[in-house]
Amino acid sequence: MLARFLDSDFVYSFRRSPVAVVSTLVVLACVVGAVGAPWLAPHNPFDLASLSLMDSLQPPVFMADGTAAHLLGTDDQGRDVLSAIMYGTQISLMIGFLAIIFALVVGITVGLVAGYMGGAVDALLMRVTDVQLTFPSILIALLVDGVARAVLPRDFHDRMQIYVLVFAIGIARWPQFARTVRGSTLVERGREYVMAAKVIGLSSPRIMASHILPNVLGPVLVIATLNLGLAILDEATLSFLGVGLPPTQPSLGTLIRIGNDFLFSGEWWVTIFPGVMLAVMVLSINLLGDWLRDALNPRLR
Amino acid sequence: MSLLDVQDLTVEFPTRRGVLRALDGVSFSIEAGEVLGVVGESGAGKSLTGAAIIGLLEPPGRVAGGRILLDGARIDDLPADRMRAIRGKQIGAIFQDPLTTLNPLYSIGRQLVETIQTHLRLSDRDARARAVKWLEDVGIPAARERIDAYPHEFSGGMRQRVVIALALCAEPRLVIADEPTTALDVSIQAQIIALLKNLAREHGTSVMLVTHDMGVIAETADRVAVMYAGRIAEIGPVREVVKHPAHPYSEGLMGSIPSLTHRVERLRQIDGAMPRLTAIPQGCAFNPRCEKVFDRCRVERPDLMEAGRSRAACWLYAAENAHV
Amino acid sequence: MFAFILSRILQAVPVLLVVGFISYAMFAFVGDPVTIMLGQDYTEAQRVALVHQLGLDQPFFVQYAKYMWAALHGNFGISYRMARPVGDLIAERLPATLELSLTSAVLAVLVGVPMGVYTGIRRNAVVSRIFMIFSLLGVSLPTFLIGILLILLFSVVLGWLPSFGRGDVVHFAHWSTGFLTPLGLKSLILPAITLGLFQMTLIMRLVRAEMLEVLRSDYIKFARARGLSQRAINFGHALKNTLVPVITIIGLQIGGLVAFSIVTETVFQWPGMGLLLVQSIGVADIPVMAAYLQLIAVVFVCINLIVDLLYYAVDPRLRMDRGRATGGH
Repeated sequence: MLARFLDSDFVYSFRRSPVAVVSTLVVLACVVGAVGAPWLAPHNPFDLASLSLMDSLQPPVFMADGTAAHLLGTDDQGRDVLSAIMYGTQISLMIGFLAIIFALVVGITVGLVAGYMGGAVDALLMRVTDVQLTFPSILIALLVDGVARAVLPRDFHDRMQIYVLVFAIGIARWPQFARTVRGSTLVERGREYVMAAKVIGLSSPRIMASHILPNVLGPVLVIATLNLGLAILDEATLSFLGVGLPPTQPSLGTLIRIGNDFLFSGEWWVTIFPGVMLAVMVLSINLLGDWLRDALNPRLR
Repeated sequence: MSLLDVQDLTVEFPTRRGVLRALDGVSFSIEAGEVLGVVGESGAGKSLTGAAIIGLLEPPGRVAGGRILLDGARIDDLPADRMRAIRGKQIGAIFQDPLTTLNPLYSIGRQLVETIQTHLRLSDRDARARAVKWLEDVGIPAARERIDAYPHEFSGGMRQRVVIALALCAEPRLVIADEPTTALDVSIQAQIIALLKNLAREHGTSVMLVTHDMGVIAETADRVAVMYAGRIAEIGPVREVVKHPAHPYSEGLMGSIPSLTHRVERLRQIDGAMPRLTAIPQGCAFNPRCEKVFDRCRVERPDLMEAGRSRAACWLYAAENAHV
Repeated sequence: MFAFILSRILQAVPVLLVVGFISYAMFAFVGDPVTIMLGQDYTEAQRVALVHQLGLDQPFFVQYAKYMWAALHGNFGISYRMARPVGDLIAERLPATLELSLTSAVLAVLVGVPMGVYTGIRRNAVVSRIFMIFSLLGVSLPTFLIGILLILLFSVVLGWLPSFGRGDVVHFAHWSTGFLTPLGLKSLILPAITLGLFQMTLIMRLVRAEMLEVLRSDYIKFARARGLSQRAINFGHALKNTLVPVITIIGLQIGGLVAFSIVTETVFQWPGMGLLLVQSIGVADIPVMAAYLQLIAVVFVCINLIVDLLYYAVDPRLRMDRGRATGGH
């Protein structure tokens, strides 16, 4: 099984593609650095006791006044930029992943039901996705977040902000999954093996889950990868706009927002390093998604 | 001198598992005014031969060896712009599916005028008159009114007539017709073939008619080439190949045509399938399916050799066997 | 033709009604407009008066109908934050957003389409590869980061271009334009690039993909077999066939520009609707959010209509079907 996988065209084209290999390594490095932040980061930016205003706004190590203690410099509160980036990446990645999982669950369910049931259910569900797809996801996420702010009590909202963001971004991204899954389901539904499953009396949910679902996973994986990058950007954008995560719990977007205030006074590192981190991570994920799409769909090559 | 002379043409596709040889030493010629039928199963290399002649092989396919001569001049190594001047003007092409060969966004008149003016120095008015004339010649009713219609306003058979007009409108000397009737309704296939044959005769155009339909070849072609696994198995006058096929593969192919003139117990079929390009057997490519196979067939690959009035790539006709 | 437009407009009505319903639901149920508008100290009489004034004592559907009717007349209620009619707030800021979006759209199309055509035709050329890398950057770099980088380079380091605001504007009745003053135009450059870059790369990638698809088609092969020039094939036959899908996406993208301007306007403190929306979301100013949602819906409907009309112009099959469908009656 493993040997066959390793000999497949898929693995072959992966190993032949330097872009795919490098971006996988970068994504892995991001994940390791983010998940391992509590152990790997040189400082704990949330430990208020260790922060000192004496250390504030130090430049990175390669500049004249830089020190090895803070490789990428510090921000206005003396927080180590490198450590803040590692913790921030952790939050950004987590929200991105959770949002995509949420979008996946909603999208796959809707897509399967619409494609399998057909008729009025299908028409209604697809109309909903059509209307939602006309609106950019960032706008929907913004509005969902705004409504959450209005509905939830202030301090409760602040505590739940991560989940609000996951919900807002996930709800903005599910229609694409629904569309794709429905399309593939329509195709699979007509195949003989589904007919056969019906004939032997399997229930509809059972057929959907165990027969149709595995066959639509390929395209879904591609969309999930490409959307993961976009979801991370969504979160960063919301945080940058000041409606995402607060400075006490900074994601990459929040760090960029904080740093943006120092751009004009010359302390560029506070904003540029988190920005570069975000760009490199999302670029790698997008490259990987692009490659996946081409590898799973040879016609496009 | 032949109009078209293909010598030892080899076409290869580089792939991950090595280079695939899709055409292997294909040689034949077409005389002026002649109709050459090319038959074989799908994948035998018929269409590829046509594509190589007009210089439109799909990458990564490439001509890896041999020569193609038009009027004695090589055309397989011409620079792109000179080859372009030959396409349409010297060699026309007709494709399989008329539904997809016409650009849906332009009227058929525009597409005709465009082609005519690309190759002939004619004013807009003259080019349009010529386009109308061609539409009439291919049997489009009310051509003068229909010339500004769009492809989707025609039926499949009518569209293939338009395609024929497009292929012939600059009066090429050779037309490569690649399965021109396969996508059409059976009832109009004969009309289209007859139209093509008559127009070619009127204008003295040679035709290379690629098809898997032996019936069409028998009615239309002067000579026929039978292809198998990227090589020519047999080539000869059409009557000869149909009545007395020399190559065992041709024999099998002819055995599969229902005959009206004499009763046959049942249509014969050849056991097995044509090998994939990745797994062409040693020796004669047909040997695993051949009823008359003998030792030499499994080891050595036969080239075309005299076999009665035809030429066949089969060891049965090797000089030493012929004497036995 | 007329019937075609009419049917498209009729199709848009349910969408507008649904979006209107969502905005009304936000307006009516999210937060309590009465307590927000009255602040801390109020008498019961004041409260009742306001409830009546806002029509909150009427049945739900009556309220919804009234809300939509008012919205149709540009009346979207009072902003909680600014205590001014939302309609006025939006009208003041609409020109800034539309001018910015329009400039970005023109930029994105004028640069994106030729780049896409080039990379589609010369898919292996060095320049194509550079374009593709550039486009990946455009898709992966978040808009706000592009804005920040542009500000850092052109405003902070080089000092060539202004980093915020619209510069000088000229007023015509209800419209204010930055197109007519040097500073207004200079101020437009960075925001327009920031906003347009993502769309530009998206359009480029789309045009490229469509070109590759079309160049593989039978009618392009046949055009080659007829000996047409490369130019006629690429620009006459291929490009026109890519237009149908490209127009759709460009239409959607340009609608997206108006919404995406939220981010750009925040980075450049551009006094448009997007900035207004972000400021409103921060304090849960629901009437502004509801009005913005409706306005965006109208923008999208208008763009969809334009897209449909362009299809009509490009694709004879559509003209034909329509002609038959209407001619038959």
